[in-house]
Amino acid sequence: MMHLDPLTLARIQFGFTVSFHIIFPAVTIGMASYLAVLEALWLVRKDAVYVDLYHFWSKVFAVNFAMGVVSGLVMAYQFGTNWSYFSTYAGGITGPLLAYEALTAFFLEAGFLGVMLFGWKKVGPGLHFFATLMVAAGTLISMTWILASNSWMQTPQGYAIEGGRMVPVNWWQIIFNPSFPYRLLHMGLAAYLATALYVAAAGAWNLLHGRDNPRVRTMFSMAMWMVLATAPIQILAGDQHGLNTLQYQPAKIAAIEGHWSNTPGESVPLILFGWPDMQAEKTLASVEIPHLGSLILTHSWDGQIRGLDDFPPDERPNSTIVFWTFRVMVGLGMLMLLLGAGGAWLRWRGDLYRQRPFLWFATAMGPSGIVAILAGWMTTEIGRQPWVVYNVMLTAQGVSEHSALAMSASLLVFIVLYVGVFGIGITYLLKLMARGPDRQSGATAPAEERLEGRPSRPLSAAPDIDPTPIIPGG
Amino acid sequence: MTLDLPLIWVLIIAFGLMMYVVMDGFDLGIGILFPFVPGKQDRDIMVNTVAPVWDGNETWLVLGGGGLLAGFPLAYSVLLSALYIPLVLMLTGLILRGVAFEFRFKADEAHRPFWSRAFAFGSYTAAFFQGAALGAFITGFKVTGPSYRGGALDWLSPFSVCTGFGVIVAYALLGSTWLTMKTVGQLQARMIVAARWITPVLLAGIVIVSLWTPLAHGAIAARWFSTPNIYYFAPVPILVVLTTWQLIVRLKGEPGAVPFLLTLFLLFLGYSGLAISLWPNIIPPGVSFRDAAAPESSLAFGLVGVVLIVPVILIYTGWAYWVFRGKVTGSEGYH
Repeated sequence: MMHLDPLTLARIQFGFTVSFHIIFPAVTIGMASYLAVLEALWLVRKDAVYVDLYHFWSKVFAVNFAMGVVSGLVMAYQFGTNWSYFSTYAGGITGPLLAYEALTAFFLEAGFLGVMLFGWKKVGPGLHFFATLMVAAGTLISMTWILASNSWMQTPQGYAIEGGRMVPVNWWQIIFNPSFPYRLLHMGLAAYLATALYVAAAGAWNLLHGRDNPRVRTMFSMAMWMVLATAPIQILAGDQHGLNTLQYQPAKIAAIEGHWSNTPGESVPLILFGWPDMQAEKTLASVEIPHLGSLILTHSWDGQIRGLDDFPPDERPNSTIVFWTFRVMVGLGMLMLLLGAGGAWLRWRGDLYRQRPFLWFATAMGPSGIVAILAGWMTTEIGRQPWVVYNVMLTAQGVSEHSALAMSASLLVFIVLYVGVFGIGITYLLKLMARGPDRQSGATAPAEERLEGRPSRPLSAAPDIDPTPIIPGG
Repeated sequence: MTLDLPLIWVLIIAFGLMMYVVMDGFDLGIGILFPFVPGKQDRDIMVNTVAPVWDGNETWLVLGGGGLLAGFPLAYSVLLSALYIPLVLMLTGLILRGVAFEFRFKADEAHRPFWSRAFAFGSYTAAFFQGAALGAFITGFKVTGPSYRGGALDWLSPFSVCTGFGVIVAYALLGSTWLTMKTVGQLQARMIVAARWITPVLLAGIVIVSLWTPLAHGAIAARWFSTPNIYYFAPVPILVVLTTWQLIVRLKGEPGAVPFLLTLFLLFLGYSGLAISLWPNIIPPGVSFRDAAAPESSLAFGLVGVVLIVPVILIYTGWAYWVFRGKVTGSEGYH
């Protein structure tokens, strides 16, 4: 039975709200770039298919964006409400990074979003394309700052400790800390891959349900190219990220591998499956491949990595959890690789849009990108425990002094609200995507007549699907 | 010459919060006015007037949080811990309101009232708890060293309930004068009437808070009523009375943007009154902004960004408002 003290409750609350949040920006990042590509193709090729797809996906984008904004607002305040000692101690460093994110990214996105969604009649095509580009740039800039901040907490440098708090000394070192490039690349690719899988699934679902038209084919084809190109790069980037982690956070790698101890001169096996037991200090029921752990992590036949017994028990991350979250992420990554390769094979055979088992496979893989992102973040965040700023400040030292009652009550409020509100939002998005871009316009600015005389929010341009689930009494 | 970085930062944050109050205030006000405007078409017009800009308005609140963390991490930690409950409730109000805003368009006739109620309820909740947090802020916090030492419910008092309702009224006035500017016909006429009712209520609220604050806090009374301060600060209450009077006079016919601008000025006056009362404290009653400031190197790094980027933000935000300028009417949809 887990002991629900205020620290655990604060961690659950942060984990819960940030996990819900990350779903939206991840798709926003990928989708904004996808929309920019679609609009560019439309401007160059003048093919209405692209502008139709733009309008279809911009509805999905808009709903996603709104949910990202409101769930993100919570995050900006939670550092202070729940982690006040961390904010006092390290806020001089993480604060400016967050402020830069708001200044350079959030305003850019929100400022140009209105024009991007409602400005088709108000501005010319060049200016509209510019607005789309600015929104896409905003999403990428936002990711860069937040990952700089997170990476700094994982591999801190460029600071001094003066007067009982962390003081920035070298901003260049703070931002370009050792794990930042790897994390940025890994997360950026993950956002693109997750979006491609999402688009591919919508395309496959529509093909399976008899809506075979140029728009559906185009989006499915673009998404499959993207998966084919991105999945292998992501696996390589993940491998490099892992080697970086081995260098700076060896306890995390030991926990991920379920590796407890070394015998002199003996190689490290790769444990495929097993159950790391934190009390027994070993991995039970393990299925191992000899030498493979050494080969992957040290690139030598008999190389050793530090085991968990190298670290004091209270500095070991929970191996039972990260062992499995890591395997979920890697397993899904392998399936993505398979999906991309399968798509390329069928395309070569000329059978891409008709092979039903494959289309079902692509549909089923729709949420896999998001699930892999969540599993990956759990691995890296739980894997750095018990530290909030690695080797500098313990998570337990950073938490605010709220009572267990206040923490559980607020957690309950967040759970009810998030599951209700964002659950409805996600259901609505799924319904929208399941209907597909069924409308053929042939016009150059097809949004106009749809917006005419109707409310101007993005949803209003969407087909009429009631987002409300069954609510007694309406 | 060396820059007084903590001073610059406290002004930046004050500016960010002012921008938030001004910009999100009128769109929260629209939710607050919702229960008094029953028709579907009128309600659609009301939300259409803010549809393209509300995401950006809310961003100022993110900047307020981020800026406070960057400039005054100690104040950020103490204030946010002390105001944990009202801030969580404010955030839930903003979430509910943000999604209800999106969903009420797509709901069918049977469900639309549900989302309209959620939109209004979220707006009231967010406004009330912002006001309650403000009241608690004026009252002050128990602090030892770097930590908040009060209880979870210290923020709740008759005074903070009063400021909570005060902010609802202020946002309602912002919303009604905004709609006076952005709409025509029957809806506009209704908004003018509403604004004429709300203005004296707001004046009463301002008077109550302005008397209650010095009565409860000797230091604040001394700040205002000692000579020569009283001469320097006297223009604030005088201008409040003049502005309110002008507002009531101008609220008829086709007043255009004037009532909205007068309301903004009124709020600005209230804001300056508050600044006079609390200066230089960032955690009332005893921690000044200098004591809570981040290291110089943090302040300097952040300032570069603010100086370079905020003007650009203001330009493109202004441009977005310019693109969507003009009246919004039902018959021609959004234009």
